[in-house]
Amino acid sequence: MSMVSSKEVLAAPTLVRPAAGSVLALLFYLFALVAPLATHEPVPTAASVGLLIAGLCAFGCTLVTGPLCAGLGSGGWVVASLALLPASIASAGLGLGAGALWLALIGAAIQGWTAMGAISRLKLEGRTLTGRLLRLAIPAMFGLGLLVAWQVLVIGFAVPQILLPSPGQIFAALVSHASILLADFQQTVLKSVIAGYIMGCGAGFVLALLADRFDFLRRGLLPLGNLVSAIPIVGIAPIMVMWFGFGWQSKAAVVVIMTVFPMLVSSLAGFAAVDRMHADLMTSYGARGSQSFLKLVLPGAMPHIFNALKLNSTLALIGAIVAEFFGTPIVGMGFRISTEVARMNVDVVWATIVVAALTGSAFYGLLAIAERLITFWHPSHRGGH
Amino acid sequence: MTSEALMAPPAAPGLFRRLAAGRVFPVLAIVAAIIVIWLAGAIWLNAPQIEDAYQRAGQPLDFATLVHEGWNAKRPVLPSPQQVVTDLWNSLTLSPTSKRSLVYHATITGSAALSGFALGSLLGIVLAIAIVHVRRLDLSLMPWVITSQTIPILAIAPMIVVVLGNLGLTGLIPKAIISMYLCFFPVTIGLVKGLRSPDPLQMDLMRTYSASSRQVLTKLRWPAALPYLFAGLKVAIAISLVGAIVGELPTGAQAGLGSRLLAGSYFGQTVQIWSALFVASFLGTALVALVGLAEWMVRRSMGGRLT
Repeated sequence: MSMVSSKEVLAAPTLVRPAAGSVLALLFYLFALVAPLATHEPVPTAASVGLLIAGLCAFGCTLVTGPLCAGLGSGGWVVASLALLPASIASAGLGLGAGALWLALIGAAIQGWTAMGAISRLKLEGRTLTGRLLRLAIPAMFGLGLLVAWQVLVIGFAVPQILLPSPGQIFAALVSHASILLADFQQTVLKSVIAGYIMGCGAGFVLALLADRFDFLRRGLLPLGNLVSAIPIVGIAPIMVMWFGFGWQSKAAVVVIMTVFPMLVSSLAGFAAVDRMHADLMTSYGARGSQSFLKLVLPGAMPHIFNALKLNSTLALIGAIVAEFFGTPIVGMGFRISTEVARMNVDVVWATIVVAALTGSAFYGLLAIAERLITFWHPSHRGGH
Repeated sequence: MTSEALMAPPAAPGLFRRLAAGRVFPVLAIVAAIIVIWLAGAIWLNAPQIEDAYQRAGQPLDFATLVHEGWNAKRPVLPSPQQVVTDLWNSLTLSPTSKRSLVYHATITGSAALSGFALGSLLGIVLAIAIVHVRRLDLSLMPWVITSQTIPILAIAPMIVVVLGNLGLTGLIPKAIISMYLCFFPVTIGLVKGLRSPDPLQMDLMRTYSASSRQVLTKLRWPAALPYLFAGLKVAIAISLVGAIVGELPTGAQAGLGSRLLAGSYFGQTVQIWSALFVASFLGTALVALVGLAEWMVRRSMGGRLT
């Protein structure tokens, strides 16, 4: 009973009622279609037909509710987005005028927002495939919507490429510079990041083992380890470049220094998280120190250790990329970013950032999978959530 | 462990044991160890170039000279602590308006970091409140905020500086913008967690009072979220400083701690790099301590328990 009522309190007041949102979207589409007629601009057929279909979907959405409305809304939103992409590309003379483009874009945004609301009111709970897909659909729509708006605005209003390239241009740069980007990836990620990450996390873990063994060391290192989190450690990069040269070794050294302290602090917290009852039970079994560590302390510390591993995955990428700003052979993601920015090839920079983002997400995702496999017993991975 | 402690006789602890059990002494011991290693490292790392110089001059080199030269090298591989302290003292005692004063550079970087932090925290707070109240934003935006934590966002910094430079925005604003977008993620994530932390029973109580959602926010959710908010703010202010420093790297900015680092690395001025690094560390620690102080004051004014 109490759960139900608290859910009702938590339920947010809807800002736009579905019917109102659909009507609003329909109105914007109609204005977008009529505006070119008033100013005697030529009307692109494909875009008009698309907006008309999207408008019909919005109209249909006012008549029905539930899954049908969600389907119609998101369908109409997809059609409108597809219609706007070529319209914006042709906007130089053939496409929709600036005013009409804005109107159509706002209409599509309202329709997408309304459709997301309709989807969010469906039953999203449960572990069924539909439930999962619907839960994924909303963030996917949001991300795609941002991409479409970005593309339409940049192309439609002829934003100079130096300021902001469109997603299409970035993708083109990604394809045409694939071999360069791959070499950068090898240099930065496969050499510097992986080597530094393994050494840094390993050193942090060993330090934590020592500090756990010798209490004096723990009480000396822990305050310093916490202090380090406030320090802009990446500034050590120029010194490392000076010591270890321009190659990947200096970047790996920066990564080691950045990753060692989070690992130390988290591992120590994990070791300290042992339940006193469990430890007493191990003692009553007559377990040796090593047995107790391997079977109780280490598995219990795993959630904390994985927290550090995940945090470090991002820190390692940042450390390697920033260290390359200070000097590098003519390859590497940080080098690519700094030189292509200077040469005003902003699309290549964005392509590098896309590679970095994908790398970071994949790194994190792999760690999350490993965490699920290793700490399957932890409450956060059990149960239906 | 418990049983051992019970069996041990309560011996009167000696001075050393009492020191070792304290909080300050172990830290001091580790710091002292680091300084000793540093002093030794300064000799060891600088030794090759000194030996080389003496050999070419045909002079004999005894250990005392090596130590002296190693700690006072002109272009050291690793400057000795006393060199760094001297350089810090020289640059901190200069007039704060001088271009060689590190106070001047720290002020420039710190003001960019602080203004970015203020903007980013504000954005993060607004976003978190919106996410908690609008279910669609929670479902659509929150996954992206969390995903963005896994990508090296800092890599965009050079581009933001250059792009805004093309728009005629230079100086503090681009750095503040970098700091801003680095800041708002931890604030948003922490605050969303905090705003959802009230007990369902407490939420039910607010409902029986027929409180509006604004009242629930100001009287229950917000006070409950403050510890989470401050945890996020501490992370945010630390990375906002990193953002400001990295924002000074790519364009060869004229002033700021990042530009001191870059200039030092271009001209091989190791001592300059080290003292800039130390000032950056002091600045970072001071900024985090500032947030800690604000937290302490807020909690005291709310009558919270102070630990």
